[in-house]
Amino acid sequence: MDALDGNAIAGTLVAVFGREMTTATGICASCGTRSMVGELGVYLRAPGMVVRCRHCDNVVIVLVEAHGVTCVDLRGLAAFQAVE
Amino acid sequence: MLELVEETVRTKSIVLELPDWVGHRAGQHVDVRLTAEDGYQAQRSYSIASAPEDRDLVLTVERLDDGEVSRYLTDVLRPGDTLELRGPVGGYFVWEQSLGGPLLLVGGGSGVVPLRSILRHHQAIESTVPVRLLYSARSLSDVIYREELMRIGADDVIDIRFTLTREQPNGWRGYSRRIDQELLDEVAWPPSERPLVYVCGPTGFAEAAANTLAELGHELRQIRTERFGPTGA
Amino acid sequence: MAISRGFQGRRRGHVDPARVPPGQYVTRDFPVLSAGPTPHTPLGDWDFTIRGLVDEPVSWTWEEFLALPSETITVDIHCVTKWSKLDTVWKGVSLDTLLDGVETSAEYVLAFCDGDYTTNVPLEDLTGGKAWIAYEYGGELLEPEHGGPSRLLLPHLYFWKSAKWVRGLELRDSDEPGFWEYYGYHSYGDPWKEQRYRGD
Repeated sequence: MDALDGNAIAGTLVAVFGREMTTATGICASCGTRSMVGELGVYLRAPGMVVRCRHCDNVVIVLVEAHGVTCVDLRGLAAFQAVE
Repeated sequence: MLELVEETVRTKSIVLELPDWVGHRAGQHVDVRLTAEDGYQAQRSYSIASAPEDRDLVLTVERLDDGEVSRYLTDVLRPGDTLELRGPVGGYFVWEQSLGGPLLLVGGGSGVVPLRSILRHHQAIESTVPVRLLYSARSLSDVIYREELMRIGADDVIDIRFTLTREQPNGWRGYSRRIDQELLDEVAWPPSERPLVYVCGPTGFAEAAANTLAELGHELRQIRTERFGPTGA
Repeated sequence: MAISRGFQGRRRGHVDPARVPPGQYVTRDFPVLSAGPTPHTPLGDWDFTIRGLVDEPVSWTWEEFLALPSETITVDIHCVTKWSKLDTVWKGVSLDTLLDGVETSAEYVLAFCDGDYTTNVPLEDLTGGKAWIAYEYGGELLEPEHGGPSRLLLPHLYFWKSAKWVRGLELRDSDEPGFWEYYGYHSYGDPWKEQRYRGD
């Protein structure tokens, strides 16, 4: 199935981080590619939201909503930086 | 919800009055959440079709045959109903004057919705940044905001081109095929002008357009894409 | 929470409630869920392997796999995203057939797949007529978006355990969380006890 992009999780990221995150940049821990969140590959039709590096397809971010709490896993990112 | 406007056979604009609305930036979207009486919920994102300067917030929704949210919004919703929204969100796919230009907007199907917000904003602030919209639709009757776009396109600063991929009216002199390298080469500014490009539409369309522009020499950094696609599980 | 007047969603009612686990809605669609791009392994490159806590790994090519005795079964499936689909028809090879003759002291299994998806399950949940490697759905070859060429079919647990694009089982003496279990989903996943998330 085709992936969407980081725009599709913009609202969830605001709810989690308290600010706009689609222009935040992350570095893939697997291949080192730097991308803006808006550019990353997003799989929404799943038990959670899975965000993958477009270059190597490795998972960079996973969001799971459990009992009303959204858990964010950023272990797939070597660095993550929001931009003013 | 104030009013429903039928844009094409398959799309409707929903005009909303929001007392606490904080305003938005052109290109942003909202998340709409529907809740049934038994607690079942479904949520989808819809681009804002109105400009920040417009009085009311407008969302344009394409009715998908198997879309549980889109079918509710286009078939069941009526004036006086309320909608639960979250937003506006999206800082990546936003245009404002400070970003400059020239501006190339490429839309496929309902991908034209956030681009229309950008165009209306551009007009409202009387921007002199040159803009070109390339809008791909199946036929003329599938073109959303047709009269408005044709009116806007008569302007000097804004250039609007359509490509009708499946069916064209008699005497049609515009493009009549899916976007390809030759078409983009004719419509887009040369890469040396370093246009800002906004591409929006179904995933396949958006990726093909962005890749083709990159092949023509446009820097990926200058191209922003927003993909539409099935989101409901 | 605002109720949306007249909103029903795509669910269908009128089902025997005894067949629907708590918190689930019955659907007639077959939603496609995926955590990543659909793999497309050519059948000539495909194999299914049982490895790990065994004397020797055992493997079948696609031809060998299709030559194994198979069953057609009708089961209800329950996705943790709250949809349930009743009376789904599958054809596949029972795990009892595949594990027949495999000697092991393992108590746990990690199923591994193309696209790097994994899921964990106790070995005893794969035996006794409870699990299959399915390659047909609804009388036709399983489509890639639904897990084809073959997927694990484990209907008594939430459907994320029915791993798509399965390529084998790793038999283990300790439980290792798979993809969704690692990110917070329940290790076992019994829909009748509503074991969706870790700690439920």
